[in-house]
Amino acid sequence: MSTVIKVGMADLKTAKSPDSLTTLGLGSCIGIALWDPVTKIGGLAHIMLPDSTKIKNNTNIAKFADTGIEELVRQMIAEGASKARLVAKIAGGAKMFEVSGTTSVGNIGEKNAVASKDKLKQLGIRLLAEDTGLNYGRTVELNCENGDYLIKAVGKPIKTI
Amino acid sequence: MGKFTFDNINSMYFDVLKEIGNIGAGNATTAIAQMLNLTINMSVPNVELKAVEDLGSAICPEEETIVGIFLEVKQDVTGSMMFLMRLDSAHYLVDRLMGGMAAGEEGEEFSEMELSAMKEIGNIIAGSYLSAISSMTNLTIAPSVPYISVDMAAAILSVPAIQFGQFGDNALMIETKFGDDVMIDGYFILLPDEDSYDKILGSLGISF
Repeated sequence: MSTVIKVGMADLKTAKSPDSLTTLGLGSCIGIALWDPVTKIGGLAHIMLPDSTKIKNNTNIAKFADTGIEELVRQMIAEGASKARLVAKIAGGAKMFEVSGTTSVGNIGEKNAVASKDKLKQLGIRLLAEDTGLNYGRTVELNCENGDYLIKAVGKPIKTI
Repeated sequence: MGKFTFDNINSMYFDVLKEIGNIGAGNATTAIAQMLNLTINMSVPNVELKAVEDLGSAICPEEETIVGIFLEVKQDVTGSMMFLMRLDSAHYLVDRLMGGMAAGEEGEEFSEMELSAMKEIGNIIAGSYLSAISSMTNLTIAPSVPYISVDMAAAILSVPAIQFGQFGDNALMIETKFGDDVMIDGYFILLPDEDSYDKILGSLGISF
């Protein structure tokens, strides 16, 4: 039997095939899915903010793109995944309210997406696909068997990237 | 005298914030009742500190569709505020405002007309809330036009979660219930910028 493991906000978890990882209702947050196709170990991080070094209160490392991705990679390697084989897919980073782009509320989603991609690049992890931006929430699910990343949104057909 | 954060809050300051929340929510509820011609019953608003991580499921399950109205706040106090409602409450209010003309009561989709009625409701609720805080503190508080989102609860609540998350691990949420035969659950989230908390509390004679 396969289980669907839930990842909360500012949280990260790893799983192995046939299990899946899900996080519900990503808004401006990003769901970063990492996967090792050989060991079929997957990891999902639900980050809220781009940069831990810009915030004083940064004890929860899963809250930030930089420290969250680092920790997810560390945990996956500890489970037996190979860093060189890891591939990434990301989703989220929406602008939930059409406020002017200059405010922190206006562009935090975009900043989260940019920071996530920068961190993946820095770690040498290939980004296979992304579904970011726009103005709606997303529920995501990573299938650790085949690396499919399912994206569900209100009033839209389910998308697989 | 330190900076205000929700993580070092003590019971006295919490009581003050609660009172601000109560007065604001009371004012807002009265305004909406007058507009919709409801004979109102209102319970005492419930003010709660929530862990930022739990905000997404604070109102209902994460994936349930809710209505969120968002306003930016300027002048003496800067930041933003939100008013949130579950879908059935939003449909009921819009229907009342439009005098039973609202179409598609069961569906999740709102028409353009209904969305703009929703925004107007949000405008009145938020405006009267802020004017209560303004007259209590003698600070000028000017709201922006309202922005609306009808989407998954967790996605909408990620906006305040991120704002609170920049300063600490807790968020302040105010729940209010009002109505006549049908009770409406509404939720207020105030998101003053860090400095504005000190200003609001300072104007009330409280310093950290």
